[in-house]
Amino acid sequence: MNRSTYIVVGVVVVLFLLSWILKAVSLSGEDHRYILHGFLITMSAFLTLAIFSFLYRDNPFYKFAEHLFVGVSAAFWMTQGFWSTIVGNLIPRLSAGFSEFFMVPHQPSPWNIAYWIPVILGILLLMRLSAKYGWLSRWPLALIVGTTAGLNFVRYLRSDFIVQVSSTFVPLLGREPHQWQGGGAFISHLDLSATGQLAALLTNWIIFLGVFCGIVYFFFSKEHTGVFGRASRVGIWVLMITFGASFGYTVMGRISLLVGRVTFLFRDWLELIS
Amino acid sequence: MKNKCLMAVVLLLVGFSGVAAEEEALAGDTLVTDPMLLFPAPVTNLEGRDSDNDHGHSVDLSWELSPDDGAGQRSVMKYDIFRWIPTLMDSADVIRSAIGVALTAREVDEVPGADWNDTLRFLRDVLDTLIVQFPAAHAAYPNDGEWRRVGMVPSGEGCFEHSGPKDRLSSDFLPDYCDFRFRVDAVTSDESIRTSSDVAGPIQCYGQWFNSGRKPVLVGVLVFGFLTILMVSRARKGADLYVRPISGIEAVDDAIGRATEMGRPILYVLGLGTAADVATIASFTILGRVAKRVAEYQTDLIVPTYDPIVMSVAQEVVKSSYLDAGRPEGYNEDTVHFVTQSQFAYVAAVNGIMLRQRPATNIYMGMFHAESLLLAETGVEAGSIQIAGTDQIAQLPFFIVACDYTLIGEELYAASAYLGREPVLLGSLKAQDYAKAAVVMLALLGLAASNFALPWFVNLFHVID
Repeated sequence: MNRSTYIVVGVVVVLFLLSWILKAVSLSGEDHRYILHGFLITMSAFLTLAIFSFLYRDNPFYKFAEHLFVGVSAAFWMTQGFWSTIVGNLIPRLSAGFSEFFMVPHQPSPWNIAYWIPVILGILLLMRLSAKYGWLSRWPLALIVGTTAGLNFVRYLRSDFIVQVSSTFVPLLGREPHQWQGGGAFISHLDLSATGQLAALLTNWIIFLGVFCGIVYFFFSKEHTGVFGRASRVGIWVLMITFGASFGYTVMGRISLLVGRVTFLFRDWLELIS
Repeated sequence: MKNKCLMAVVLLLVGFSGVAAEEEALAGDTLVTDPMLLFPAPVTNLEGRDSDNDHGHSVDLSWELSPDDGAGQRSVMKYDIFRWIPTLMDSADVIRSAIGVALTAREVDEVPGADWNDTLRFLRDVLDTLIVQFPAAHAAYPNDGEWRRVGMVPSGEGCFEHSGPKDRLSSDFLPDYCDFRFRVDAVTSDESIRTSSDVAGPIQCYGQWFNSGRKPVLVGVLVFGFLTILMVSRARKGADLYVRPISGIEAVDDAIGRATEMGRPILYVLGLGTAADVATIASFTILGRVAKRVAEYQTDLIVPTYDPIVMSVAQEVVKSSYLDAGRPEGYNEDTVHFVTQSQFAYVAAVNGIMLRQRPATNIYMGMFHAESLLLAETGVEAGSIQIAGTDQIAQLPFFIVACDYTLIGEELYAASAYLGREPVLLGSLKAQDYAKAAVVMLALLGLAASNFALPWFVNLFHVID
C-alpha cells in the first residue's frame, strides 16, 4: 500500500468514527441503545457509499463491502435453509427426541415413507463432497431435473400455449364477436372515436398481426427470405417496440430503489431532510 | 188499519234483520282462513350429485323452484338446505375441539412437553377411528341423527354447492363415500312458515382422477409429445434437419477465439434460475459446448453459480466437456464455484470478478432478473465482448442495449440444439416449430370462428381451472 492509500483509508476511518459519535449523540436523548444504533446507521451508510464507489472504479472499500455481503448472505441462507426447512419441516415429523433437542413442537404421526425419501435423497446429494462416492449425487439431481421438467410441461402447455392461443381469438370485424352483419352495416355503424369501434378494431388487428409476425420470427426451420422474411422483420419490430416500453417502465422502478437509498442517506444518516 | 200497517212494518223489520243476519253470517264465513293456504308450495325434483372435476368433499344440489317463488301472499323469500347428519359427527367435533385445545396448550408451554404429544397422538387416533365409522353412521338413516341446516340461497336460485375442506381436523370436514341425504325448505318471510321438499339421496361425493375441464391440455400434451417423439426419431435416423443461422450463436466461437488470443479468461454466467428451469437447462448445453472449446484452446473458464444444484450439474457438464476434448487433466475444480444465493450479493461478486480478472468474453445464458443490467454494464466497463440469452422478457431490453449479441427467448433454446446438434435437441426444436405452425393455423381458424359465429370451436380451447 502506498502513502495515498494510507491517507484515504485514514480519512475514511476518521469520518466513520466521527459519524458514529455524532449519530450516537443525536440519538442519545430518545434511544437507550444509542451507541449500537449509531454504529448500525453509520455502518449502513458506509456500506451504501462503498457499493456506490464502484461507479468510479474498483477499490478496497467496494471489495470489503462485496466480500462482507457475499459472506453474510451465504451464511444467512444456509442457516435459514437449515432452521426453516430441516428443523422446521422435517425433524418435527421424524423424531420426538430431535424435536426436543431443537426445541420445536413434535408432530406425532404414523410412520410415513414420504418424509424419509427426501432425507435419503438429500444425503445422496451431499455425497458430492466425496471423491469416491460423488457419483451417487447424480441420482437425486436427475430426479430433481426430470420431475420438475415433467410437472412444468403440463403447466406451461396450458398457460403459455393453449390459453395464449385462445386469447388471440379477438374480434376483427366488430367490437364484439359474431357481429358481422355485412359491409353496409359496418360502414353505417362506423365510430371513429378513441373509445369507439374503430379503435377497438385497430387494437385487435395489431394484436393479431403482432402475434402472427412474432411467431414467424421465431420459426427456425426456414430461412427468413421473401414474404416470410418480411413478416419476420415486422415481428422483430414489434418485439423491439415492446422491449423499449418495458425498458422505460423498468427504469422507473429502478430509480425508485435509488430514491429509497438516497432518502436513507439524507434522512436517517445525515438528517438533512425530515 | 192502523194495526195492519204496524204489522207490516214489524214484518218488514224482521225480514230485513234476517237478511242482514244472513249476510253477516256469509261475511263471517269468508274471513275464516285455511292454515294450509299460508304455506308455500315446496320445491320439486330435488337432485344431488357429486361435483365434477374436484378432489371430492363436494355435492351439487339442484331443484325446480317453488311455484310461490317471489310471488303472491305465500311468497318464498329463500330456500334453506338441510342435510341429515349422524350424531357420530358431533363426537368427532368434540375430539377436534380437544385437539385444538391441546395444540394451543402445547404452544403456550414454551418447552414442548411429552405429555401433550402423547395426548395429541391419542386424540388423533380416536378421531381417525371415528372417521372410519362415518359411512356406516350415514347409512343408518333415519336412526341416530338429525336434520341440520347447511346452507341457504335466496329466492330465484335453484342450485347449491355443498362443499367442505379435505382437512380431517376441520369442523367443516365433508367425508367422501358417505350416503348424504338432503332436503330443501321453501321459506317465506316468516321463518316458521316453510314447506319441506322430498328427501334426496343417498348421494356420495368423491374425487376424480381426471379433470375433464382440461381436455384441451391433454390433447395438446399428446399431440406435442407425439410430434417430439417423431422428430427425435427422424433425427436419430440421420435426417438432415435444417436450423436457420442465429447470429448470436455464431458469435460464441469467435468470442472464445478472441479470449484465447488475448490470453484472458471467459466468464460464463448461468443466471439465477434453478436446475429445473428451462432456460438453465438450455444454458447447460451451451456451457458444455463452450467448455469443450475452452478445453481445446486451453483458455481459462470462470463459472460462478447462484444455486448449489446448478453448481453440481455445471461441474459435471464442464468435467465431461474436458473429457470429450481429450484434456481431463486441464479441468480445474475451481472453474465452477458457488458464490451465494442472495441475488445482489451474487451480482456484487460477479462484478468484482469482471473488473479484477478482466475476462475477454462474458456469456450470460439463463434466467436473470433485476441484476441483468448490472452485469451487462459492468461487462462493458471491463471491455469484454458480451453474448446474452434469456427467456425473461423483462430483462431482454437490458441485454439488448448493453450486450453485443442477444438471444431472444426461444433462440436460447434453439442455441442449445444448434450448437450441440444432438438428435434429441434437434428433434425437439423441430417439434416446437411444427407446434408454432399449428398455433398460427389454430389462431387463424379461431379468429374466423369467433368472428363468424362458430362458438363451438372457440370453446374447444376453454380450460377450466
